[in-house]
Amino acid sequence: MQTFSFYSDGRLTVRLCGELDHAAASGAMYAVTEAAREYLPRTCVLDLSGLTFMDSSGIAVVLRAKRLLDRTGARLTVQGAPEQAKRVLELAGLGAMLEQQPERKEVGSI
Amino acid sequence: MKAENYIKLEFPARSVNESFARAAAAAFAAQLDPNMTELGDIKTAVSEAVTNAVVHAYPEQIGMVQLRMRILPNRELEIVVKDRGVGIPDVERARTPLYTTGGEERSGMGFTIMEGFMDRLRVRSIPGKGTTVTMRRKLSGRG
Repeated sequence: MQTFSFYSDGRLTVRLCGELDHAAASGAMYAVTEAAREYLPRTCVLDLSGLTFMDSSGIAVVLRAKRLLDRTGARLTVQGAPEQAKRVLELAGLGAMLEQQPERKEVGSI
Repeated sequence: MKAENYIKLEFPARSVNESFARAAAAAFAAQLDPNMTELGDIKTAVSEAVTNAVVHAYPEQIGMVQLRMRILPNRELEIVVKDRGVGIPDVERARTPLYTTGGEERSGMGFTIMEGFMDRLRVRSIPGKGTTVTMRRKLSGRG
């Protein structure tokens, strides 16, 4: 699993790429924790659009990030979850944290 | 019940084999032409069951985990994940959402996900002998 962090104007985005399972969960948690401690954001976005798989380990990553950010008064949202990861989060009752994605506009062909 | 096809795999209870197990499960299930949601559900449920065995079954050593899959009549898939580890002392409690004795990377939602993504889930465990998780899911397919 790979993680990428971006920070701009109080908003921290942590992008997780690859398979988020038990083997990868600790690394993902570490990446979120370190970035949140370094930037102290007002808002943190977990960008899951690069995930190819996520099991309940992803729930643990989201819940831990939420606990961490709650302590600093920051807000956590989750965006870009692929359908499979979205089903896992919704089953865990975390659907409300999923940020609505703007509808994609189809580009017409010539 | 007579199976139309089946597989039996055995591998050490190592974390690296979780991804192998779900990939193998998806490859076997592919012959039923599942849709993307069904395939995702199968991979997730297998990942949860195998991860439970890897994390909990063998605290003192690396034991073996068995993955068996059968295709039953009417496009029903049966998945069995079995270990010969320490067993679960209280299965009912283990199935409670958010209950975990694992580390911080565990959410305690594994059985809840297996239950939610499969049609049937049965957990049999004998302390000191091991645990067998049996799941069934009827597939509708892409059509």
